[in-house]
Amino acid sequence: MKYIDEYRKKDLILAVAGELRKVSRQEFTLMEVCGGHTMAIHRFGLHALLPPTIHLISGPGCPVCISSQHFLDTAIAFSKIPDVIITTYGDLIRVPGSVSSLEKEKANGHDIRIVYSVLESIEIAKLNLLKKVIFLGIGFETTAPATAAAIVEAQKANLRNFFVLSAHKVMPPVMKALVEDGVKINGFIAPGHVSAITGTTIYNDLVNLSKLGVVITGFEPVDLMLAILMLVRQFESGDPKVEIQYQRVVHAGGNKIAQELLTRVFELKDDRWRGLGVIPLSGLKIREEFAAYDAERNFTIDVPEPVDPKGCICGSILKGLKTPGDCRLFATKCTPSDPVGACMVSGEGTCATYYKYRL
Amino acid sequence: MCLAIPAKVISVDGPSALVSIEDVEYRASILLLDDVRPGDFVMLHAGFAIEKVDPEEAAETLRLLNEVANNSHP
Repeated sequence: MKYIDEYRKKDLILAVAGELRKVSRQEFTLMEVCGGHTMAIHRFGLHALLPPTIHLISGPGCPVCISSQHFLDTAIAFSKIPDVIITTYGDLIRVPGSVSSLEKEKANGHDIRIVYSVLESIEIAKLNLLKKVIFLGIGFETTAPATAAAIVEAQKANLRNFFVLSAHKVMPPVMKALVEDGVKINGFIAPGHVSAITGTTIYNDLVNLSKLGVVITGFEPVDLMLAILMLVRQFESGDPKVEIQYQRVVHAGGNKIAQELLTRVFELKDDRWRGLGVIPLSGLKIREEFAAYDAERNFTIDVPEPVDPKGCICGSILKGLKTPGDCRLFATKCTPSDPVGACMVSGEGTCATYYKYRL
Repeated sequence: MCLAIPAKVISVDGPSALVSIEDVEYRASILLLDDVRPGDFVMLHAGFAIEKVDPEEAAETLRLLNEVANNSHP
């Protein structure tokens, strides 16, 4: 496939690996923020190609993983309201809430449907005017513009039975929070598709504050290897900065149309992250102007105090403090077919990725 | 979840475009982009084209990579 195959060529990957061995002198730890990057690194076995000086740890960039118990419990409670249809991206349905999961509620007969695009939710709402469709909005800056576009479309079509429960989040505050928490890293492999929307400026404060390099990269093995090389070069020359490796997709200014839509529909709010607690101004809340589409404003329900799964260390893994091997549940009580915590559910969750590629 | 795949634009029809990923065709929203034309490649994410793929930048990255490859095997 064009724009994929050429970035998976073995000779190019090995050439960059050779160059890395030449330039890497000091011990060097990088965090790949995005769950998609974690998955790609393991899938293509890139760890094995890195010199022993370079270490990679996974970060908090997996929307399903960082979704809070409170959000899941709210979604589960909404699913039990008569005449409600819940629409959601796939993985979320399997994440255990405090006492149930969307999957279990679906088995109990509640109408919960998996969609690939939020636009399918709009279609479902149009076809079921006597029902109320609640879309579970998860994802970072990559995904949130689609939700914003859908809300604007719903308003244009005067659709009154489409709602969004927004757990959308933004990336920079959590990266800053990790640095302030003292995560021991020397640079960030930054998310390619988040940055395609936001551009590069969102990372400027982080670099100034932390003196850590940030390289925005794509998801093919050559992209990742090249990004690691760029970060090693920055580190070895003592010149941390924001660079784009993923030039074919990411522009410094980002996608202006998507940015304008985000600003028009959402405002920043303090938001809960699994394992990380409340991070100031890290979540996206639907603005007053679009209140008619905000599930939280239109459905009143009581959600009991959330209960975190016992023994699960997903939170510490998301912070880069622990790895799945440190968890006594990993691959014993907690597996992809019977997950205890969110990090084992999502295909790009750190635990699910380690489980899949550990052999 | 932020994964996006390159898809080729076959035809454009108002706010949506018919795109192909190998042999699979899909109707994608192009609400987030300006000036999408048949033949363009776009990154498809959750039903939306979120950005175009820039063919010149793509070639430049490959040129740099080949340079690394040639230097490492003189």
